[in-house]
Amino acid sequence: MFSYILRRLLLFVPVLIAISFLIFVIIQLPSGDYVTTYVEELRAQGVEVKPEDIQELKRRYGLDQPLYGQYLRWIRNILLEGDFGRSFSWNKPVSAILKDTVPLTIAVSLGSTLFVYLVAIPIGIYSATHKYSLFDYVATFIGFIGLSVPGFLLALILVWVVYSTFGVNITGLFSPQYADAPWSLGKFLDLLKHIWFPIIIIGMSGTAGLIRVMRGNLLDELQKQYVITARAKGLKESEVLLKYPVRVAINPIVSTIGWVLPSIVGGETLVSIVLNLPTTGPVLLRATLSQDMYLAGSITLILSTLTLVGTLISDLLLAWLDPRIRFGKAGE
Amino acid sequence: MSTEVLGKPAAGTRSRQERALERYYQAGQWQLIWWRFRRHAMARVALVVLGLLYLSAAFAEFISPYAPGTRFEGYSDAPPTRIHFFADGRFVGPYVFGIKRELDLKTFQTRYVPDRSRRVPIRFLAPGDDYKLWGVIPGNLHLFTTEGDVPVLLFGADRLGRDLFSRTIYGGRVSLTIGFVGVLFSFLFGVIVGGISGYFGGTVDLVIQRVIEFILAIPSIPIWMALSAALPRQWSVVKTYFFITIILSLISWVGLAREVRGKLLAVREEDFVTAARIAGASWPRIIRVHLLPSFTSHLIVVLTLSVPGMILGETALSFLGLGMQPPAVSWGVLLQDAQNIATVAQRPWQLIPALFVIVTVLMFNFLGDGLRDAADPYSS
Repeated sequence: MFSYILRRLLLFVPVLIAISFLIFVIIQLPSGDYVTTYVEELRAQGVEVKPEDIQELKRRYGLDQPLYGQYLRWIRNILLEGDFGRSFSWNKPVSAILKDTVPLTIAVSLGSTLFVYLVAIPIGIYSATHKYSLFDYVATFIGFIGLSVPGFLLALILVWVVYSTFGVNITGLFSPQYADAPWSLGKFLDLLKHIWFPIIIIGMSGTAGLIRVMRGNLLDELQKQYVITARAKGLKESEVLLKYPVRVAINPIVSTIGWVLPSIVGGETLVSIVLNLPTTGPVLLRATLSQDMYLAGSITLILSTLTLVGTLISDLLLAWLDPRIRFGKAGE
Repeated sequence: MSTEVLGKPAAGTRSRQERALERYYQAGQWQLIWWRFRRHAMARVALVVLGLLYLSAAFAEFISPYAPGTRFEGYSDAPPTRIHFFADGRFVGPYVFGIKRELDLKTFQTRYVPDRSRRVPIRFLAPGDDYKLWGVIPGNLHLFTTEGDVPVLLFGADRLGRDLFSRTIYGGRVSLTIGFVGVLFSFLFGVIVGGISGYFGGTVDLVIQRVIEFILAIPSIPIWMALSAALPRQWSVVKTYFFITIILSLISWVGLAREVRGKLLAVREEDFVTAARIAGASWPRIIRVHLLPSFTSHLIVVLTLSVPGMILGETALSFLGLGMQPPAVSWGVLLQDAQNIATVAQRPWQLIPALFVIVTVLMFNFLGDGLRDAADPYSS
C-alpha cells in the first residue's frame, strides 16, 4: 500500500509540472505582453512613457528573460510567495481575487461530486434490480436527457422556467444583503439556500452517466454464480445484494472520479457564468475576454490542480477499496 | 440479391424462413450493419432529423426568408409573428400583420401589438433578398418570404430586428459543420497517435498513454477558454472557425486514440498481420490497409458519438463570446443574446437556438447508440 501511494505521488509531480508549463505557454500566446499593453494604455490616457521606463518595467516583470526563465520565475513566485502575478484588469494581485472565489468553486464542485455519487449509486442499484420497470425506464430517459443536454443550456432554460412561473430569480449564491457581508451563520445558511440549484445542474450529466455505468456493472455481477450461491445459503435479499455484487460493481464507479471531476469543474465554469455565481467561472470569462492572461492562467492552473488532486484522492481511495490495485494486479 | 441470380430454380418450394436465412448468410458486412441499424427506431428517426437539419443548413439561402443580416426597422426584439389564414371568415391563405410598438400603461413596458392596417401575404417560392448560394450561384428565390418591410418572423427577432429563424438556419452552417471538421482533425490525430501507440507497444505506447491520461485529467472548458482568448479578435470568420476547430480537437482526439490503440492491440497478433509483415509490408501500410479496415465500423461509432461534444464546445465558446464572433452566425453566437435573466424572461423565443443545439446533440446520441448496436453485426 505504502509503495503504491509513493508511486502515485511521484507520478503526480511531473504531471503538475507539465500542466503548469502548458498553461504558462498559453498565457504567453497572445501577441504583445503585459507591459506593451500597459504602455499602450498609458499612452492612450496621454501619459508620456520613455523607452527607459519600458525597459525598467520589462525587467521588473522579468519579461527580458527567455521563456523558461519567465516560467521559473512565475512558478517560484507562486510556490514561495503565493504570488500569482498581478491582474491587469482588476488592478489587484491575482491571489486576492482567487481568495474570494476559489473556496466557493471548491464548495460547488465538491457538492456536485457528492450529489453525483449519492444520487447515481442508489438509482443505479434500483434500476438494475428492477430492470425494465417503469422506474427503470424513467431513470434511463432522464439519464439520456441529462447526458445530452449540457448544463449551461439546462441552467438557462430552468432559470427561465422558474422565473416565469414563480417569479423567483434563482441566480447567484447569496441574497443581496449577504453578498458583500463578512462570513456569519446567517450568510452560511443563505449559501445553503442557494447552492443546491447549481449543484444539481452541474451534477446532472455526471449523474446520468454514472447511473448507466452502475446499472450495467451491477447487471453483469447479478448474473454471476456467487450471487446464486449467496441466495442459496439463505441470505436475505438485501444482504445478498449489498454484501457482494454492489461492492464489486462500485469499484469502477470510484475509478471514474478521474473523468467525472474534469467534467464537473468544466461544467461548473460554464454554469456559474450563466447563473452568475461568485466563483471562478465568471472571473475566468472576464479575464479571457480582456486577455488578462495572468488571471486566466492562474485560474486555469488552480482548476487543473484541483482536478488532479481530486483524481489522486480517488485513486488512493480505490487502492484502499480494491486490494487488486494495491498489489498492482488490476488491469493486467 | 435474388436467388434467381445464383441459379437456384427451386426458390419457390422453400419456405420463406429458409430464404430469409439464406439472404442473411449471403449479405456482406455493411448490408448486415444496415439491416441491424434499421431495427433501431430512434436511430432511424435521428437519421431523418439530422438529414433535415443538414439539408436546411446546406440550402440556408433558399430556406430562410431573409438574409441573416437584414434588419427590420421597428422590429427590435419583436416576438414571433402570428400567421393568419382567414379574413372575414374566408380562407385567404397565410398572411401576417405588421406590428407597432405600444407602451403598456400598467407595467410601463413596451409591447408589440398587431397593426391591422398593414396586411401582407406570405408568398411561397417568391423572390426576396439577393444571395449567392454557397457563395457562387446567384439567386433571390426563397422558400417563403414577404414583400416590403413587414416581415414574417417565425422565431421572433433579435435585438437589432433581424429574423431569428433565418439566422438560426444560417447558424446551423457553422454549428453543424464544426462537429464534422473537428472530428476529422481528431480522427487524423487519434488514428495516427493511437495507431503508433497500439502497433508498436512498449515504451512508445507507455509514453503516449501517459500523455493521453494527462490530457484526460485536465478540465477542458477552462483550457478551451484560455486558448481561445489567445485568438486575435480581428481575424476573419474563416480563420477563427479553423482555429476554434483545432482548439476543440486538441483535447478530443484522445478518446479516439485510446479506442484505436485498444483495437489495434487486440488485432495486431492476428495471423493476417504476421502474414503481411512477412510479405514485407511497411508499418504504415499494415496499419492502413490491414488493421484499420478491420474495425472501421467501430471507428464510425466513436466518431458519431464525438460530434455532439464538438458542437457543444463551439456553442459554449461562442455563447461566452470567445468562439465565433459576429457578424459570423452560429447557434452559440445567437445565444449570446440570451445571456442574462431579464432577456430570457421577457423574450423566451431567443432561447430557440438552444433547442436546436439540444435536438441535434440528442439525435447524434441516438444515432451513435443505433450504430453501436449495429457496428458488430456478427454478435448475437
